[in-house]
Amino acid sequence: MIEGLAALYIFMLAGFTGFEIISRVPVILHTPLMSGSNFVHGIVLVGAMVALGIAEDTTQQIIGFIAVLLGAGNAVGGYVVTERMLEMFKPSKKKEGSEG
Amino acid sequence: MEMIIQASYLIAAAFFILGLKQMSSPVTARRGIVWAGGGMVLATLVTFAAPEITGSEQAGTNIVLIVIAIAIGGGYAWVSGKKVAMTDMPQMIAMYNGMGGGAAATIAAVELLKAVTEASHDPTGNTTIADVLGADVAILGILGAIIGTISFSGSIIAWAKLDGRLNRSKLLPAQHIVNAFVAIATVGFAVAIYFSADLNTIIIFYALALVLGIFITVPVGGADMPVIISLFNALTGLAVGFEGYVLGNAAMIIAGIVVGSAGSLLTQLMAVAMNRSVANVFFAGVGTDSGAVTGDGSEGIMKEIQAQDAGILMAFASQVVIIPGYGMAVAQAQHKIWELTQLLNEQGVSVKFAIHPVAGRMPGHMNVLLAEAGVPYDMIYDMDDINADFKNTTVALVIGANDVVNPSAKTDTSSPLYGMPILDAFKSDNVIVIKRGRGTGFSGVENPLFFADNTKMLFGDGQKAASQLIQAVKELT
Repeated sequence: MIEGLAALYIFMLAGFTGFEIISRVPVILHTPLMSGSNFVHGIVLVGAMVALGIAEDTTQQIIGFIAVLLGAGNAVGGYVVTERMLEMFKPSKKKEGSEG
Repeated sequence: MEMIIQASYLIAAAFFILGLKQMSSPVTARRGIVWAGGGMVLATLVTFAAPEITGSEQAGTNIVLIVIAIAIGGGYAWVSGKKVAMTDMPQMIAMYNGMGGGAAATIAAVELLKAVTEASHDPTGNTTIADVLGADVAILGILGAIIGTISFSGSIIAWAKLDGRLNRSKLLPAQHIVNAFVAIATVGFAVAIYFSADLNTIIIFYALALVLGIFITVPVGGADMPVIISLFNALTGLAVGFEGYVLGNAAMIIAGIVVGSAGSLLTQLMAVAMNRSVANVFFAGVGTDSGAVTGDGSEGIMKEIQAQDAGILMAFASQVVIIPGYGMAVAQAQHKIWELTQLLNEQGVSVKFAIHPVAGRMPGHMNVLLAEAGVPYDMIYDMDDINADFKNTTVALVIGANDVVNPSAKTDTSSPLYGMPILDAFKSDNVIVIKRGRGTGFSGVENPLFFADNTKMLFGDGQKAASQLIQAVKELT
């Protein structure tokens, strides 16, 4: 369903999109943004689920299991650390000291 | 159902892009990650209903296995992510990134194994993996496998190095030449997979790619680690995008390629900020092979100052610029520094924080550490915004930073730092340097700033020195 030229168009447009997003980001957010993009490629979890889902023998199931394990780690871990970092960014008007 | 799933993937992809967009401004950043998280949950949930999974012969077992794997992998990541200290954030990101690369590589492995099984049904034995999968899927699948595997093993080495578990920068003599041979062998086996359908070829290929990732990362110096982590992040994105093509999954293609290109640009920005090229990071290392750096021309006397006097100087200043480095975070002094800042503000002193692009261990890492202490982001200035302001500054307080304020990067063509952009602390009326001892910085280069006429040294542990400064300022009020 996503083949040949159509896929090339998606590759190209997605490439430009990524470039645009990062080119206007202040240095202050580089680490959270790297962490955030690290979370976004955690979508690999979905592919890992399919890979395990279509597994036919034990070897494939073991490898697929590892894939889902790693993918889930990427997605969940990426979210938790990014959220923790971004939670702390606040402007000076607010009261300080809500840190737990 | 297929329609609903595809539509959900599309929505998830849109949420990822919008989320990343919002993450590029401090005001909306928090909302951004929540949006992206929502997209991820949606995509994961609908995948359980995907016809490939529900229609499989082993659907029951496989779905149970999926749930168990998500529970274990996600549970481990949740716990470790919640408790990791902010200073250890870079290695944790490297770890999660490596997991993503490993996931992409294992997806490719499942696809390749299935293709081998299918090819074995052909009695003539002439069917290759390319025949089974089609040329485009086979090529992108194998490419994703190489990239994902290198990112996996490389990220784990990066994690081990940053976590202080691995200090070696050399495994073998002539490492670069060995690396080149391993790289060629890996590509050779990748081509062999394409033109055959042999299990052993696939196993050797993965083993070589794993070794290559390790060999590439081990020689990289500690200071260059941010560039490597960022690069592996981009590579994982690329691998995810390629495997997305193999599986015909639009969300994976879009998310993966967006991260791949964004990460490549970020890597480039970081390398430029450190005055290195990406290639240079791999094939040399300031921290590793230039141990014999000469400290010529910066002989002189360091002038010491007591915390009492430094406090007075700052309390009656019109503007104080604080330049924090990783040393501040190691000493856990950021909370004290913020307390000091508030005291100075009460005295009517304007206080700004100046952050060098590579302060900390990743660009922006220092901002995160300051934010953790409660410093609002609008008091924190990038190098380009603050450098013109140093001439209006009464006191520049350098704490735990060294190379990023070394003026020889501007003046001394023989210095290894020459050409690196620096914070122009030397232009302010007074410079106070809080420093543990008289040694050189991470790069081992002498810093003439410490010997300058307007520089005073405040020797001691960062946290203790900051406490003394707070005491000194308090006594004046």
